[in-house]
Amino acid sequence: MGYFGEIYSGAKSLVIGMRITLDQFFKNFRGNSNVPYPHATLPIPEKYRGHIIFTHDPETGKSRCIACKSCERACPSGCILVEGEKKEGETKKSVTLFELNFTRCSLCGACVEVCPTDALDFSKRYNLAGTSKAVYAKIDLVEDLKKRTQK
Amino acid sequence: MSAIIDFLFTDPAWPWVRMILFLVGAASFAGANAAYLVWCERKVAAYVQRRPGPMEVGPQGLIQPIADAVKLLCKQMLSPIPQADGILFRIAPVAMVMPALMCFVVVPFGDLLIPARIDLGLLVIFAFGAFNVMSLMLAGWSSNNKYATISSARVVSQNVAYEIPMLLTVVTMIMVTGTTDLGTIVAQQSGGFWHWNILSGIWTLANPLVPFTFLIYFICMLAETNRAPFDLAEAESELVAGSFTEYSSMGFGLFFMAEYINIVVGCSVATVLFLGGWHPGFFPLPANPWLASLIGFGCFCAKLYTLIFFVMMARWTYPRTQFYGLLNLSWKILIPVALVTLLLSGVLMKLTNLF
Repeated sequence: MGYFGEIYSGAKSLVIGMRITLDQFFKNFRGNSNVPYPHATLPIPEKYRGHIIFTHDPETGKSRCIACKSCERACPSGCILVEGEKKEGETKKSVTLFELNFTRCSLCGACVEVCPTDALDFSKRYNLAGTSKAVYAKIDLVEDLKKRTQK
Repeated sequence: MSAIIDFLFTDPAWPWVRMILFLVGAASFAGANAAYLVWCERKVAAYVQRRPGPMEVGPQGLIQPIADAVKLLCKQMLSPIPQADGILFRIAPVAMVMPALMCFVVVPFGDLLIPARIDLGLLVIFAFGAFNVMSLMLAGWSSNNKYATISSARVVSQNVAYEIPMLLTVVTMIMVTGTTDLGTIVAQQSGGFWHWNILSGIWTLANPLVPFTFLIYFICMLAETNRAPFDLAEAESELVAGSFTEYSSMGFGLFFMAEYINIVVGCSVATVLFLGGWHPGFFPLPANPWLASLIGFGCFCAKLYTLIFFVMMARWTYPRTQFYGLLNLSWKILIPVALVTLLLSGVLMKLTNLF
């Protein structure tokens, strides 16, 4: 390529580059797909797997958990601890303690699958943060459900 | 009250009042530009990259520049004493801003809006523009920082290399216009847009290559103001912040201001020399001189900011050149082409004078 050929091809590439960026620049005035994150969020997909939570039974207002400990046995990481008691006048056991060690959970979903009463489900919580390991080493699902039903 | 106004607007006091008004006007114009061009730059950068840019402080982030200015003013200016040269270190930012501001003295913003109409207006601008190199060199050297020193060495060789084609194009335009008074240069370009120097050179045969002259001027202006793609002097990814690595607080702020003022001055000169200054070009100005000045100022700003927009687009479009690429461009392409246009317009002027 000669002297003028080089100038020509250089100038041409500059024009093409400028056309692309100008094109992108003016596309913004027809809107862009940005979400101003803390002020707005994208909808979380239906199948999103956050840490497990109790589902809320609309009839009793409590958890459907019968403290059968199937999830505790099914969990490959051993991060679930369930305790329950049979209250007077009730046919089923009800849960008194459900602790999830989320630091070890691999979100495999075995607990949700095995649950005979559909008491467990994945939450949509993704912005998790804590100041100590204990916050996520012991997530108390019973307390969590209480808080949610109070609201 | 009216007696005071009469006193201020009549002869013994009026030249001083006019001077102070222009001083305040030019300084605030420069300050506002420096602050809000940063905002524009960030918005342009964001839009090119399909982001929304600054959005948090005020609507569309419009108060961001004020917040930034307050932050810079509140910070302490640290200097790397005892290694650094304390006096030069403090002089450098001031020596950078002052010449940049001085250039506004001769810029014709409108028919009546010329702070000082002097015969050597163009020369004044380029004389003060050349100060920029020295201040950056002082800043780099007095910081006693290796990155700053590398950067200032780059600034000097780059600006010396690009001063030549830039002044060659300016000489060509001076030959075509026959004057260095910016007010007269603008007055010559009155009428339709085809009277602007960028087009009139073609059909009057004074300088048929005038679009190339304009392009060379524009490229050299990018290099002289150390803008991307010629921002080797302050290549953030290589040299921290170039000559002003060691600066903090308003010392850094002044460098930033001076940089944007230099861009405004460079684009103003391009507007005056090539794009008809404050002439609208598409419609006649009203007869009332003050109204005409106001509309003229609007037209001037429209052209000025269009040019600045392309300066910003160039930054976010083209990657940084390497140093030998930069010097090759200057010595192998810009200087020969500028010389050819200079010779051609000289020959053509001589020929048209002969017949």
